[in-house]
Amino acid sequence: MAKKLVSLENIVFKYEGQTRNAVDHVSFDIYEGEWLALVGHNGSGKSTLAKLLNGLQFPQEGSILVNGTELTEETVWEARSKIGMVFQNPDNQFVGATVQDDVAFGLENAGIPLPEMVKRVQNALNKVKMGSFLNQEPHHLSGGQKQRVAIAGVIALQPDLIILDEATSMLDPRGREEVLETVRELKEENLLTVISITHDLEEAAKADRMIVMNEGKLYRQGIPTDIFQMEGELIELGLDIPFSVKLSKEFKEHGIGLVKSHLTEEELVRELCELHSKM
Amino acid sequence: MLDKMILGRYVPVDSTVHKLDPRSKLLLVFLFVCIIFLANNLVTYGLVGLFTLLLLMLSKIPIRFLYNGLKPILFLIVFTFILHILFTKEGELLYKLGWLEIYDGGLRQGLFISLRFTFLILVTSLLTLTTNPISITDGMETLLHPFKKWKLPVHELSLMMSIALRFIPTLMEETDKIMKAQMARGVDFTSGPLKERIKAIIPLLVPLFVSAFKRAEELAIAMEARGYRGGEGRTKYRQLKWQTADTLLMLSLVVLTIFLVLLRS
Amino acid sequence: MRITLQDVEYRYQINTPFEHLALHDVNIDIEPGSYTAIIGHTGSGKSTLLQHFNALLKPTKGSVTIGDRRIESGRKEKELRGIRSNVGIVFQFPEHQLFEETVEKDICFGPMNFGASEKDAKDRARKALKQVGMAEEILEKSPFDLSGGQMRRVAIAGVLAMEPDVLVLDEPTAGLDPRGRMEIMDMFYQLHKERGISTILVTHSMEDAARYADEIIIMHRGTVFKKGTPLDIFSQPEQLLELGLDVPDTVRFQLKLQKELGIRFERICLSVDDLVSEVKTVMGRGNQ
Repeated sequence: MAKKLVSLENIVFKYEGQTRNAVDHVSFDIYEGEWLALVGHNGSGKSTLAKLLNGLQFPQEGSILVNGTELTEETVWEARSKIGMVFQNPDNQFVGATVQDDVAFGLENAGIPLPEMVKRVQNALNKVKMGSFLNQEPHHLSGGQKQRVAIAGVIALQPDLIILDEATSMLDPRGREEVLETVRELKEENLLTVISITHDLEEAAKADRMIVMNEGKLYRQGIPTDIFQMEGELIELGLDIPFSVKLSKEFKEHGIGLVKSHLTEEELVRELCELHSKM
Repeated sequence: MLDKMILGRYVPVDSTVHKLDPRSKLLLVFLFVCIIFLANNLVTYGLVGLFTLLLLMLSKIPIRFLYNGLKPILFLIVFTFILHILFTKEGELLYKLGWLEIYDGGLRQGLFISLRFTFLILVTSLLTLTTNPISITDGMETLLHPFKKWKLPVHELSLMMSIALRFIPTLMEETDKIMKAQMARGVDFTSGPLKERIKAIIPLLVPLFVSAFKRAEELAIAMEARGYRGGEGRTKYRQLKWQTADTLLMLSLVVLTIFLVLLRS
Repeated sequence: MRITLQDVEYRYQINTPFEHLALHDVNIDIEPGSYTAIIGHTGSGKSTLLQHFNALLKPTKGSVTIGDRRIESGRKEKELRGIRSNVGIVFQFPEHQLFEETVEKDICFGPMNFGASEKDAKDRARKALKQVGMAEEILEKSPFDLSGGQMRRVAIAGVLAMEPDVLVLDEPTAGLDPRGRMEIMDMFYQLHKERGISTILVTHSMEDAARYADEIIIMHRGTVFKKGTPLDIFSQPEQLLELGLDVPDTVRFQLKLQKELGIRFERICLSVDDLVSEVKTVMGRGNQ
């Protein structure tokens, strides 16, 4: 198995004035180079986890280790330089007046010298395919474009881990695809580690590993194929299952002799074809 | 409703004035406001007018925009002019009809004050018409930099200003959306007695404030997550470039000042 | 109530240097009691179009007829409340319009603006709250103390309490989790069936369009690109894909399977049941 990048050990977190723990004795590890999908219904504690990972909140119990160093008030800035976040609302994280200013914002904070900054800004924007929008103002951009700029802002800082906190939930289908495609490419290219917090199960199906959260607790973790075996249970948790899984189940129930389980439509089509040719 | 605001909006045209450093343009406005008070006769006003005209021509801003900038205060200019004609009783009597007496001094004063007004407005709107707001902020930050010694939070102020500018279009859009949503629920913003209309603002203002606060909170979190912890140790991405044209502009102002001093009566 | 748009054009910031054409040559007829879905990309003119349905925007050319009122370009319109009380709009992220101290007051706001008595409005608020699946205890709470999903429901109740004949929905489920999405869409469909409310749904979800609508209108670059029943529209999936729009999951799957198998199914499948039975037929045929 690959190297552990972040470990969560027995984390407990409660918001002030709340009776229930928002995060309740949760432990898991994040490995270098993986795409981890964190799913759960609204209020299941998944966004709180994101805030804890970035030191925007600190757990009341347990500890978070980033590259072996415990995340505390003293080490938080160090940890933030390794963990980048993209938030849900594309407008409320766009700080700069123009695209290039926004990407530079994080670099300015890190005290990167100007010549290096110029290089990194252009580079990061090229990588998210926004290289020709340098001087564009945010209100002339689509949601998907703004999120890509936010991603550029994160990768310009060359972090080890990028957390997408429901980063596609306010986008239209085209914007969502743009953003996911961008992250996928970046991950392939730089071995970036990705945590994606989402309720888009189609997206989660493409992850390397999934964690299902329910009422603050870690409900289940595993590879998507295994997680989606528990279809009924997922629906009860307020989640959904990918279309191919749903369809595969229907086919089986109606006596079409499929044997495998299918996370993607391509797999399902393939087995149907094999079946058809055998007949 | 809100989309009719054109006054003072940045008009991106490629011109010499647009390319000037925001600092020199800011200084221009500041100095211009001072030296315009040196003018006190036809020749000096003529000079100032010529200077203004030259700048306007260099800026390539369509006349329409300049007129739009002047329109809201046109009334004020005409009003002062008339006031002076009617009530300043200095110099030679030029015309008399019943109680109406027009003096040569009144005419001159009215004309001069109106001209002064017009020139001031034109030059200041030239700043906003040819410089995008964020460059103005940059210029101010650099110009105010020396005041940091006296604990003026220059960096914070300019960051605040640039964020405010960046969010103006977003908030305008939001206002429009909330307005529409409340109109669909039967609110009438445009007619009815004044009291009703003031009451109608509440369903607009409350959601607007709620959302602005939420935005501010999320923005603060996003800024923190991106490593923002005050101006200390930050580098700067935007760099200003002082060029020959800027020096020339400053020199021409000096020359103008000298002539004004020599030619005023 | 019927809504008819005739040769509608809309320009933003008309007669300014920032003028921008958002709609042109739009002809639409929404029949009483129908369920229409409007689909298209962001920027295709959907949002501008929907604001014409209750005269929030007035066409810059052409006319809009809402019931017996005719809104024409270039004419001053007075007293539009009648139209607005008959055509309710649930905007995107409707929770952003909440402002009162209590849920009850907020839901009553619309009905009372349109002249309902306080008692009547309160009755309606209770009914509307039930429709959106929430308990009455919440009436006295501040809407700002609710969760995001609850706020959405309260805001929708505020529109339902106006008891409109026509309901315009702009992406009413954006940002909700899968369960919330389904509950809300089913609720609107039930209202449509039980009370015959004409429903106009603006959506990106081809699933919802295929499942609920009688008629689909595709908007593209400010005008109507195509309209027809879901079967008409999705029978030519190539056209949609060319515009960069999606097709329902079932259709997409059917296309992939057809391509791999090198055959064509007899019909286009808009539901999982259709798809299962078509696949069974094909597999059965292979068997013989």
